Amino acid sequence: MKTKGTVTGIVSNLVTVLVDGPVAENELCYITLDGTPLLAEVIKVNGDKASVQVFESTRGLKNGDQVEFLGKMLEVTLGPGLLSSVYDGLQNNLTTMETVFLKRGEYTDPIDHEKLWDFTPLAKEGDVVEAAGWLGEVKEGWLPHKIMVPFSFKGKYTVKSIIPEGRYNVDKVVAVLTGENGSEHEVTMTQKWPVKVAVKAYKEKPRPQRIMETGVRCIDTFNPIAEGGTGFIPGPFGCGKTVLQHAIAKQGEADVIVMAACGERANEVVEIFTEFPELIDPHTGRHLMERTTIICNTSNMPVAAREASVYTAMTICEYYRAMGLKCLLLADSTSRWAQALREMSNRMEELPGADAFPVDLSAIISNFYSRAGMVILNNGKTGAVTFIGTVSPAGGNLKEPVTESTKKAARCFYGLEQNRADQKRYPAVNPIESYSKYLEYPEIISYLDENVEKGWVRKVLDAKNILRRGREANEQINILGDDGVPVSYHVSFWKSELIDFAFLQQDAFDAIDALTPMARQKYMLDLILDICHREYDFDDFEKCREFFKELINDLRQMNYTEFQSDAFNGYVQTIENKTNGYGK
Amino acid sequence: MANKAYQRIYTRLESITKATVSLKAKGVSNDELAVVGGKLAQVVKTRGDLVTLQVFSGTEGIPTNAEVTFLGEPPTLKVSEQLSGRFFNAYGDPIDGGPEVEGEVREIGGPSVNPYKRRQPSELIPTGIAGIDLNNTIVSGQKIPFFADPDQPYNQVMADVALRADVDKIILGGMGLSNDDYLFFRHAFESAGALDRIICFVNTTEDPPVERLLIPDMALTAAEYFAVDKNEKVLVLLTDMTLYADALSIVSNRMDQIPSKDSMPGSLYSDLAKIYEKAVQLPTDGSITIIAVTTLNDGDITHAIPDNTGYITEGQLFLRADSDSGKVIIDPFRSLSRLKQRVQNKKTREDHSQVMNAGVRLYADAQNAKTKLENGFDLSDYDHRCLYYAKEYATRLLSIDVNITITEMLDTAWELFGKYFSKAETGIKQSLIDKYWKGS
Repeated sequence: MKTKGTVTGIVSNLVTVLVDGPVAENELCYITLDGTPLLAEVIKVNGDKASVQVFESTRGLKNGDQVEFLGKMLEVTLGPGLLSSVYDGLQNNLTTMETVFLKRGEYTDPIDHEKLWDFTPLAKEGDVVEAAGWLGEVKEGWLPHKIMVPFSFKGKYTVKSIIPEGRYNVDKVVAVLTGENGSEHEVTMTQKWPVKVAVKAYKEKPRPQRIMETGVRCIDTFNPIAEGGTGFIPGPFGCGKTVLQHAIAKQGEADVIVMAACGERANEVVEIFTEFPELIDPHTGRHLMERTTIICNTSNMPVAAREASVYTAMTICEYYRAMGLKCLLLADSTSRWAQALREMSNRMEELPGADAFPVDLSAIISNFYSRAGMVILNNGKTGAVTFIGTVSPAGGNLKEPVTESTKKAARCFYGLEQNRADQKRYPAVNPIESYSKYLEYPEIISYLDENVEKGWVRKVLDAKNILRRGREANEQINILGDDGVPVSYHVSFWKSELIDFAFLQQDAFDAIDALTPMARQKYMLDLILDICHREYDFDDFEKCREFFKELINDLRQMNYTEFQSDAFNGYVQTIENKTNGYGK
Repeated sequence: MANKAYQRIYTRLESITKATVSLKAKGVSNDELAVVGGKLAQVVKTRGDLVTLQVFSGTEGIPTNAEVTFLGEPPTLKVSEQLSGRFFNAYGDPIDGGPEVEGEVREIGGPSVNPYKRRQPSELIPTGIAGIDLNNTIVSGQKIPFFADPDQPYNQVMADVALRADVDKIILGGMGLSNDDYLFFRHAFESAGALDRIICFVNTTEDPPVERLLIPDMALTAAEYFAVDKNEKVLVLLTDMTLYADALSIVSNRMDQIPSKDSMPGSLYSDLAKIYEKAVQLPTDGSITIIAVTTLNDGDITHAIPDNTGYITEGQLFLRADSDSGKVIIDPFRSLSRLKQRVQNKKTREDHSQVMNAGVRLYADAQNAKTKLENGFDLSDYDHRCLYYAKEYATRLLSIDVNITITEMLDTAWELFGKYFSKAETGIKQSLIDKYWKGS
């Protein structure tokens, strides 16, 4: 018998329920308000009183209203058709809702049950399989979507029967499996999985082996993110967090992109589902939307569903990873998720941690980041979930709990800087404080040695060093004045400006400059470092500035032109002539 | 707000704070309205039989034996064409001496628009002010606040913007407006002959602060009526959102909630987002654009109110007194319109974005030169040119008293570039230089 309860207290979306039986932490329940069921989740139990967070507005709810517990946690439905969908944080399909305004208690099916898929069996009768084992395959867009043994199956199973090739809908029983105890299980194309539990149906999770290209120079060259790696982008508002994240989403070298708009602006989500269907994936030539799922809990949608949205997104990524695909999860912004936790903790009158956040914030964040990673599947194939989250630190101050907790969990740090944004130096990623731990990984270093150039990482560190020396020189110039320092200080400073303007800065709105493939990045870095490694002798600092400003202008024009086109090569020649004129 | 005859009347309050009262009552629903000793109140918390009510006009003079009746519904507004040209208080009652509005009763603070049903904002709203149109172009369906110190003329700028914008309705939500400012708006709208397309919901400093909490929802419910039902372009002006947030903190404090940063409630982000996210471009031609004011304390944008606002809104317009030009300008560094890319170079001339960026970058160089000057260093020729440029740029383009077309703004910028800089110094794409460069 299902546990039932009655409402005994309401503060905003925190509702206290008197229960008549057992309830579990994170168990779901429906609260009935004038005939409308409102979904809620247990977040605390004290005696026979359960505190539940309601995923909807509680306006009009009364003490005494009836509650029914569902005996399960929040789960998502996994199956063909997830890609190119737009879901809310609870995986309701937003595209099939008819009214302009969201209706409370309206829950829509995430999966189309009518659509027919071309199924090809991969397993045969008598095969021994386990959770996440591949039984068959359908084509979802251009991706091979594996139909798998549900993740919840424990132990070994024998395939008793499997259907032949053909067109079926998702509810078709594709296989019957026999368990070790002789029990029989029917498997369809869909399965359900609780979002807060990590999918562990793989053999092992090794260290990342290669980098994921984004076409963004300050990431790929200076602080590359590994495939299956984690990174985060903190920054004050107005520093270009969203533009940078969208650039990564558009250009990231991944099979599947899941974007979780977590407590952010609705218009940004609109931008994604308006533009992505038009945009072409630079790696496959297919429409971007075909590989994208959007999970959208905008800032005006119910707070509790905000927390659910990031977990829903992660679970969908893990599902595709189990098919041997490379997934990229972008969550904007994890601070909103942390704030949702804070609101609930506050309403439950828990003792607060720093800045009134719950004390276990750090543990929750690192637990979530740990779900990313590259894995070796049981069949020996690999799959990856790369995760990049944004953080919106209060007041732009990085010494706040969400940034600090995330720093402990994520391996790449792309710090956006107000000062750079003010000067329109975009992307405003601070080139000196940002880091990628992957540059220290022997696996990644040898990957770059093989795939970019032997000794590439040394070159990158060299460029970073020039930037650092430039900054120091600039500090001296600012203290002592242009004339108060030797001209060589100016040369150091302008070399760093050259790298900044011609390489780090990138115009996300220019068709050519927005995406720089690795080969072009290497070419440009070589060219720039060659200029930097020459010795110059200027009569005064004005000459020095003039010389470098001209070079910067030429290099920027190059960034706007087609790689190795006549115009491009023309600039190479111009630069060559200019530097030869000065070089000693 | 008349009492209904059959309703039970409670006469015993368990506790009273400055903003809330608590009593034992049954069958009360969340968010519903009540009348406490003749004052309007709203249910904010129930625990067992104990119900906590927030009393909008404050609890002064409410005795423990005050009569309490529950009205069974959340706050509502009657919507119809009759709203046009009228002035209301926070409860939606007329304050202009006119008759009550007849119309459909709507709950205020209703549900949000399905994000999938939104359309991408793409319609330019020209204001004539170059600090906005050139550097921070506003688009219909956008939400953007002015960040300004209390001594800046933000209400005047906002009135200018509203009256120049090509919209069907202008809805003013005034929170903690001084009586003088209220009369200023009224006069500005009247003398522009725009009264028939204006609707005002006003809470002045003479009214109790907690009443302000109703103002944005009232204004936006009216806005949704005109935008959704009538397919109109609606501009909503909200001033001053800092005073709104202050009222939120008063209530949460009286309810013994643990404050987060700057003694604001932990839910400040969600509370503000619920308001600002009502800005929308609907699939029909209707739209709601929100221009708000957030006053700052001495330019401090790290305070929780402007900080949370900045993360919610699509940019901000920063007003600053400029000592070079002696004018109030729209600060090009701290101001931002996130939707400007939607219209720049598409609805405006092809050189718009590059001219904007070059203009601001050179202005930044002028600031560096200024710092050098202040530190007593010699200035280079380039520094001097930057400083001359900055003064003219501030006067002719950044100042809030500018009123020209966007093409004129672009031409003015090219004129300044040609006057003070070489082509290479501007860093603009060669093809645009070839076409638009003025001067040698």
